[in-house]
Amino acid sequence: MLSQTSILKVENIVTRFRTQEGQVHAVNGISFDLKKGELLGVVGESGSGKSVTMMSLLKLLPMPPAEIVSGEANFDGHDLLKMDLEELRKIRGGKIGFIFQDPMTSLNPVLTIEYQLIEPMREHLGMNRSDARRRAIELLEMVGIPEAKNRINDFPHHFSGGMRQRVMIAIALACNPQILIADEPTTALDVTIQAQILEIIKRLRKELGMAIIWITHDLGVVAGMADRVAVMYGGNIVEEAPVFELYSNPKHPYTQGLLKTLPNMKGKRAERLESINGQPPSLHQKPVSCSFAPRCSKTMERCRQENPALLSRENNHKVACWWNPN
Amino acid sequence: MRRLLLAIPTLLVISFIIFAILDLAPNDPTGNLPMTVPPEVREKIRVSLGLDQPMHVRFGMWLIQFFVNEPLNILHEAFGISIGDATERTRILSWATRSPVIDLIIQRTPQTLWVVGLSYLFGILIAIPIGIVSAYKQYSWFDQVGTFISMVGFSVPTFFTGMVAIIIFSVQLKWFPMIYDTTLSVDSWQNFVTQVKQMIMPVSVLALYNASQLSRFMRASILDNLNLDYVRTARAKGRSERVVLLIHVLRNSLIPVVTLIALGIPTIFSGAIITEQIFRVNGLGQLLIIAIEGADIPLVQTLTFLFAILIVLFNLIADVVYGILDPRIRYD
Repeated sequence: MLSQTSILKVENIVTRFRTQEGQVHAVNGISFDLKKGELLGVVGESGSGKSVTMMSLLKLLPMPPAEIVSGEANFDGHDLLKMDLEELRKIRGGKIGFIFQDPMTSLNPVLTIEYQLIEPMREHLGMNRSDARRRAIELLEMVGIPEAKNRINDFPHHFSGGMRQRVMIAIALACNPQILIADEPTTALDVTIQAQILEIIKRLRKELGMAIIWITHDLGVVAGMADRVAVMYGGNIVEEAPVFELYSNPKHPYTQGLLKTLPNMKGKRAERLESINGQPPSLHQKPVSCSFAPRCSKTMERCRQENPALLSRENNHKVACWWNPN
Repeated sequence: MRRLLLAIPTLLVISFIIFAILDLAPNDPTGNLPMTVPPEVREKIRVSLGLDQPMHVRFGMWLIQFFVNEPLNILHEAFGISIGDATERTRILSWATRSPVIDLIIQRTPQTLWVVGLSYLFGILIAIPIGIVSAYKQYSWFDQVGTFISMVGFSVPTFFTGMVAIIIFSVQLKWFPMIYDTTLSVDSWQNFVTQVKQMIMPVSVLALYNASQLSRFMRASILDNLNLDYVRTARAKGRSERVVLLIHVLRNSLIPVVTLIALGIPTIFSGAIITEQIFRVNGLGQLLIIAIEGADIPLVQTLTFLFAILIVLFNLIADVVYGILDPRIRYD
């Protein structure tokens, strides 16, 4: 099912925020590639730079304070990061769709669902109002909104959180994008709604065949959906592998720690869940050492002097760690 | 509808409070007469004005005159519909001029509407674009200059800016007349030019004042919205900055601003009292000042109450407009 041609190739993105308290090194040289039709899960705790990385691609960050210092993002033979706003606008919502975390605030409260849904179609597909409306109703039905015909004239406040997120999905998919970036789309929803949204995405992926970047901090969600997983920590990808390989054979101490924090379904229930000691890294310093070193059980002298690069090991496994058990 | 009905007792209470305050105020309609007028004559004058009656009687009379007699009169004069005998009805008379208060007000209203109303309109038209640009380009030189000017415009009172304008443009440069001539009728091109000339100063002084307040408000309202998630969504759809700003953000930002504008409309009528005084525009504001100085209680009472009605009315209108602009709000 997966083809080997990559559709998006990101090289060494560095994004910083200039704040009153100095620079925040949010993303420190991230590289990854996305194959056609692939679902890449991006996992990491809050502040690890997941969202910032993806928003940097389409320059959706407030700039200033954000600043994309360097990097390349090759999509369709063009570098997204070198595009001017006019060119980038053709990509946004047209070839790359975005779903955001909080459906309660992501829709404009004073515009109808119809208006917000047909916006990308009119922008990118040049559709007239009635065609766009017809397609909008189809889209709403596709994401499982009952009585789409009647509900299309409603305002966002008439919809529940789960329904709004379905609308957001419909907006993101309106122009048949090649890539869908989903930025924690289920985090703000309760668990049953989460499951419904996941089902919808799985189904639409099969039907439409777009590549998906799924940002989350929920390892369980990623395990059930992703083809490949990238684990982020402190603005770096620390480990990246096909999903089965990553879960069965984690190589980075952080990933190992994360997987240990999950409750075990088999065997005796543990007294307490394991946790990773220490605090997430402060992003104010330049990343000259491994940012996980202060919390890591395998720390060596070298970890404090040099930041490890993400290097390939066997089984398509990439790890950024000086410690190598083999 | 329920709110409209609720407005009636509100207004009755307001009218009573105004009446009571004016009644309690230590003033005397005969106070401006020469000292040679003996006390007996003064007493007779008071009786002839009805001041010997107890307060509740006078209040009742005023209510009847204001709510029944005057509206019937207006109906009669404006549309020729007569109900009852117009000559029998007592009207609210000004103590100072002995003419009906409503007639005085009708005479004065056009000047106020033209000068203060236009300045309000210009103020809005200037303020909204300035507010949008200075929010979108926050901390740019445009924003900095705008902030400075509106700080000045807002904190320097109009009687000062008005005076400065008069000194510069009337006294020194002799561009515009110093006194607003109300008797001027616009019947020729030349008179029209004169009319425009005499309106420029009062209108621009007031417009500056209104605009500086409103543009700050507009700016703040845009800034509040600019960082919200739905703006990012609009950008992620590929919409141009223009559409993002003028459709998505503006629609939301205008909600509080329009409310503020609607609430401010009654102040047009109460009419920048001080500005009218400075430029000698004999509008409603000036009428009120003269009435207060002359202890012309019926006139003060009626004017103040009319302002109160307008305020209550535009509060209702602001609510309705709010409901139209913001779909989340519905009144049943």
